[in-house]
Amino acid sequence: MTYIAKPKLHHPSLQVNKAGYTRRDYEGPVSTLCAGCGHDSVSAAIIQACFNMDIEPHKVAKLSGIGCSSKAPTYFLGGSHGFNTVHGRMPSVLTGAALSNRDLTYLGVSGDGDSASIGLGQFAHIMRRGVNMTYIVMNNGVYGLTKGQFSATADQGSKSKKGVVNSDAPVDLVGLALQLGATFVARSFSGDKAQLVPLIEAALVHKGAAFIDVLSPCVTFNNHHGSTKSYDYVREHNEAVNRIDFFTPGEEITTEYAPGTVQEVTQHDGSVLRLRKLHESYDASDRVAAMNHLQKHHAMGEIVTGLLFVDPSASDMHDHLNTVDKPLNQLGDDVLCPGAAALEKINASLR
Amino acid sequence: MTQKIQATNDFVVKFANINGSGSASANELFARSMLRMGVPVSPRNIFPSNIQGMPTWYEVRVSESGYLGRRGGCDLMVAMNPQTWDADLKEIDAGGYLFYDCTREIPASRMRSDITVFAMPLTQICNDAYTDARQRQLFKNIIYIGALAALLGIDEKAIEQLFAEQYRGKEKLLDSNVQALHMGRDYALANLDCNAMGLKVKRADKVGKRIFIDGNQACALGAIWGGANVCAWYPITPSSSIPETFDKYCHKLRVDPETGKHNFAIVQAEDELASIGMVIGANWNGARAFTATSGPGISLMTEFLGLAYFAEVPATLVNVQRGGPSTGMPSRTQQSDLLQCAYASNGDTKHVLLFPQDPKECFDFTAAALDLADRLQTPVFVMSDLDIGMNSRLCDSFEWDDSKRMDRGKVMTYEDLEAGKDFGRYLDVDGDGIPYRTYPGTHPTKGAFFTRGTTKDRYARYSEEGPVYVDNMERLQRKFETAKNLVPMPEVKKASKPTKFGVIHFGSTSPSMNEALDVLERQGHALDSMRIRAFPFHASVLDFIEAHDHVFVVEQNRDGQLRDMLIVECGIDPAQLSSVVHYDGTPITARFITKAIASRLALFSPLKEVAQ
Repeated sequence: MTYIAKPKLHHPSLQVNKAGYTRRDYEGPVSTLCAGCGHDSVSAAIIQACFNMDIEPHKVAKLSGIGCSSKAPTYFLGGSHGFNTVHGRMPSVLTGAALSNRDLTYLGVSGDGDSASIGLGQFAHIMRRGVNMTYIVMNNGVYGLTKGQFSATADQGSKSKKGVVNSDAPVDLVGLALQLGATFVARSFSGDKAQLVPLIEAALVHKGAAFIDVLSPCVTFNNHHGSTKSYDYVREHNEAVNRIDFFTPGEEITTEYAPGTVQEVTQHDGSVLRLRKLHESYDASDRVAAMNHLQKHHAMGEIVTGLLFVDPSASDMHDHLNTVDKPLNQLGDDVLCPGAAALEKINASLR
Repeated sequence: MTQKIQATNDFVVKFANINGSGSASANELFARSMLRMGVPVSPRNIFPSNIQGMPTWYEVRVSESGYLGRRGGCDLMVAMNPQTWDADLKEIDAGGYLFYDCTREIPASRMRSDITVFAMPLTQICNDAYTDARQRQLFKNIIYIGALAALLGIDEKAIEQLFAEQYRGKEKLLDSNVQALHMGRDYALANLDCNAMGLKVKRADKVGKRIFIDGNQACALGAIWGGANVCAWYPITPSSSIPETFDKYCHKLRVDPETGKHNFAIVQAEDELASIGMVIGANWNGARAFTATSGPGISLMTEFLGLAYFAEVPATLVNVQRGGPSTGMPSRTQQSDLLQCAYASNGDTKHVLLFPQDPKECFDFTAAALDLADRLQTPVFVMSDLDIGMNSRLCDSFEWDDSKRMDRGKVMTYEDLEAGKDFGRYLDVDGDGIPYRTYPGTHPTKGAFFTRGTTKDRYARYSEEGPVYVDNMERLQRKFETAKNLVPMPEVKKASKPTKFGVIHFGSTSPSMNEALDVLERQGHALDSMRIRAFPFHASVLDFIEAHDHVFVVEQNRDGQLRDMLIVECGIDPAQLSSVVHYDGTPITARFITKAIASRLALFSPLKEVAQ
């Protein structure tokens, strides 16, 4: 078995979104990941978010690196072009793709080995450049495809399935993304769909570098006692700073909350994020405070989740490069080739 | 007494300077003034991997016959660097000339008696004329150009004209430069015995409409005319001036006049891994993207090159080769990345290489590479080198046919998909091994596929089945065969009489090779020559080798890499090919090639007699 398509038949009354697609249209072939893998829940959340957002599947480009997480894009958005690149180098390929056509929605999917170990450099630079994308790391602290080695996000002191204790300090991708200038930074948990789906929705329409670190336990190699990336451990230590209600542009916002308990953020496209505060003083528009909060609570052994930082008026790489509105891949000879007369002028200047 | 060298419009001048002293632009002025007199010259900058204070040389070959390669030897040394005095002095051919700064006395023991010496107290003159330290240094260069103009008979009007063009609108600078030039000339006329100089420049008409430009600028222009509008790169000597020039011309030629926005995107990446990754991402998504680098950069790109080969993503790379291995000789030239580029990456990987001989071909081949990459859906390398890339060279004018359109290769459109055409990303519809591709976002329900570096079937579905893998690999091989007839053809130059001996060469060796062939022929050694312009090799390469008893393969690397490739790719008996290699980091000379081939041919002559 290498590739099994799902049957196309579905219930005739299945709900259709504004773009004319059912939820099933956002699926891919049957997953080959282990039963119970957190990554399949993340895939399901991506499918749900794209459906909710009325995104046309063919207008999405999904790119990944190498590893279990990077296999995942095969199993969602079957109508999108996908690119399974090389290990740790998805960010550069995504950057190039985004340079080429600014009109598509870019979804980068990676893992902790792919982004925090071999690909840490490219991870850093794509955040710095403000590439307009949603970058999701399915973070399980372990190498799955090569059978259970620690990755760079494994916590110091956590224990592998074979009983080895990790002595190296962990890479915190969320902390890095904040420091490197990402303009939408969140952390979530594959087991918390209610939190994850609106985060993905908001990230997809965010203009700029959006990063979501999703703790996504590995049921086969890292779900035991002594692991800090197991389902049980993450549930016990999850400290959400906020819950998110996401409203597409023009959508009616009904429920009222007491003043001071909600932070509303209007994004570039008019969509509204309503952050219901779980930590009273938490301000998702303050990058430095977010970094402090993260460090403080990490030291307390907590896993901070939620929308940690958002800059709704962010600019992206195309703004920085001042590129034309028309996608660069659609420019023809008339625009690109200066022609024989212009070349003759250059010749004349070289004599 | 040694015979003094007497030559008009055919000699070699070498300037020994200290880098960072502003000598390079003065020396280029010297070279260009002769071009303005209609005399072909080819200058070469031999510089250190350093910004200031290290020895640097500038060698000017003057050749009315149009030989633009290095000849070898030196007829006039302009010795401006005390650090390298002894070695520089030694390099002068017997009967040659020395021009030097005699402000500080040189002991007789460090002089030669078989050369003619022109001594000028340059530092003293500058110290008297200028108070500012930087001015003293910069104008010293112009003053010696003035003196050399008087000695060699260079028309100072030609130099003044060049100043006028360079300093248009900056009258103050123009005046001070002309003044310095005259100061040098006047001193030489009054104090030096100009008649003792046997080297002379005389007006000729041998430059014509040719242009004077370096290969890197030519590559950048080729990328613009070829339609590239995404460039990702990482700084590395000797390639950095390609993206920098691309940037400069994009700002002149590619800015939307109404909005002021850019019809291009240039990213200086964090390393070469990222630069090729961006190029692959952009090409995958339908833009024309390229990068420029050198051997160490290719080393880093190697994993991605395998992906682009196997996933069939176009990519254009310019490799301005320098001395290797490893960091090697960053500021010296070699042709030593052939094997690295031809077979870059793990598994059975092969890539298309183009070998330009001069800036004209740098322009043509860069534009062609963009078409070839799209047509063949694979990486294509323009294999330039430091000698071509960073030295201004006289070459034919650039030409462009306005009816030419970019060849985007086999791309299925929305209309094709809508019409129900069968889309298999890796399906060989036309029998040439080249499949059709779609750009992301083309059609709502058709044409999407998953690009990957793992095995897949004809419809881009993941598969680990042996026959499916082999089917795909065989098609890739067919595609490579197709490439043989799409890349630039080799060029053959027949000797004036039938001969059993041939020479194969490529790239920057070409101008020295052409001179060597003429000299060898005058010496009675007739050789046919073939200049290979691309890999994979066209069928005519094998024909050429088979038509000769013995073929010399001239190249600028230690191992004879092209020879190795010919043996492997064309199935040649190794005994039939012998290597002539030059790889000390300086460009190969006509004298070196002549000597190497003549001495080898001498070994063949007894055999010839037996055969007769």
